Amino acid sequence: MERPLRLIQANPLDSLARAIEALLVVASQPLSVGALVEACGDEAERIETALGLLGERYREGRSGIVLEQVAGGWAFRASRDAAEACGRLFERPVERNLSQAALETLAVVAYLGPCSRPDIARWRGVAVDSVVAGLVERGLIAEAGRGDLGAVRYRVTPLFERVFGLESLAALPRLDDFGGDADELRGRLESLAERRPA
Amino acid sequence: MTAGRRWPFHVAASDPETSVLLAMTVRELELDLDAFEGPFDLLLTLVLREELPLVGVDVAGIVLAFVERLAEREELDLDACGEFLVLVAALLELKARGLLAGEADLEDLEPGEAAEELARRLEEYRRIKGAAEWLAERLASERDRFFRLGPAPLAPRGERRLAEQDPAALAALLQALVAEPPEVSLAHLELRFPPVSRFLEQFRAVLGRRARFDFDHEVGGLTRVEQAVAFLALLELRRAGEIRLEQAAPFAPIRVSREVVDEEVSWNARSA
Repeated sequence: MERPLRLIQANPLDSLARAIEALLVVASQPLSVGALVEACGDEAERIETALGLLGERYREGRSGIVLEQVAGGWAFRASRDAAEACGRLFERPVERNLSQAALETLAVVAYLGPCSRPDIARWRGVAVDSVVAGLVERGLIAEAGRGDLGAVRYRVTPLFERVFGLESLAALPRLDDFGGDADELRGRLESLAERRPA
Repeated sequence: MTAGRRWPFHVAASDPETSVLLAMTVRELELDLDAFEGPFDLLLTLVLREELPLVGVDVAGIVLAFVERLAEREELDLDACGEFLVLVAALLELKARGLLAGEADLEDLEPGEAAEELARRLEEYRRIKGAAEWLAERLASERDRFFRLGPAPLAPRGERRLAEQDPAALAALLQALVAEPPEVSLAHLELRFPPVSRFLEQFRAVLGRRARFDFDHEVGGLTRVEQAVAFLALLELRRAGEIRLEQAAPFAPIRVSREVVDEEVSWNARSA
């Protein structure tokens, strides 16, 4: 008689892990622990333990499917080893041909959002209407209510976090860390001056 | 730059050939910036044609490229440096105006305050530009991550919880629903036509007592249908030659008077 395939043999969390595995296969976006708790009707601690077991099973280099913690939840993705094959069959329309203007606008919304188009334009010094419309169409930013003056405000979406492989927006580097190039510039000028013969 | 440090460049002699050579290097200065790659002259042209947003051009990078070019030479040409300073100052002014465009409150600032505000904005923009570069690098490093994209799953339907109900009240409501509704009366829609003969007799009786009468006066108080039938009776009497009708003007009272006849006129009521 054929024995049923057991994901994690002799583990009391086997059944729970299989349910989580099934939910993650069906889901088209990351599932939070809270959502898994509700769907499985189990305790958060046991869900996290089961996710740990699944993470070991579906880790990079061991399986073609990788379990990752991203965009505030857990989701399956293809392993990096299979990227070439995936690339031949599937496109990546969301992040394809993102311009410098689009990346700067994304940065403004990610760090300072929710913010309106005038806010973004003030930061970038140029009109951003078409760039914002393009990012909304790609699903990387979305409307997030209106400001005091009635202007529509935007925020980045969970898809943004997923495309950039971020567990959450907290995983972004601090904005202040990007201000150091003025000192670097000053240093280069000084070194140039010192290289010159007196 | 450290305060008090002086550039150790030698001032060039006024050699016309050297001046021309350095002047050429200002406009043909090769730039390799994030937003632009090519000669300085072309950058100026694109900026003036508004084909290249100046806000994205790193002016400090241009200055650095020029200084590096000068460092390769043994002598400093003041004419070339002067021209470069004028051009870069114009670029900076354009960039500053672009960054401060539409900010009416900034126009009221003192020059020193405006310069500080501009420096603050430039620093902010520099940080955002740095963040955008980080995102670009992140995107490149995540290029081999493939995952399934799809619409958000359907939200589970909320469970509708009913409050406790009284079966008797429910039954009463259902009984009210199945009860036959009261029949709607259409009495007000029915038209009751009195016989014409009734008015024939009435008008003949009036004319038996008086030689003439006023039609409106006789039918006043009747319904519109009864008035119409009475008018038909009037026409019948006129057709039979029993009466004479007079009306001074349209819509004026109709006066009915007895017609003097030689022979008795018979009228068959059934012809009405």
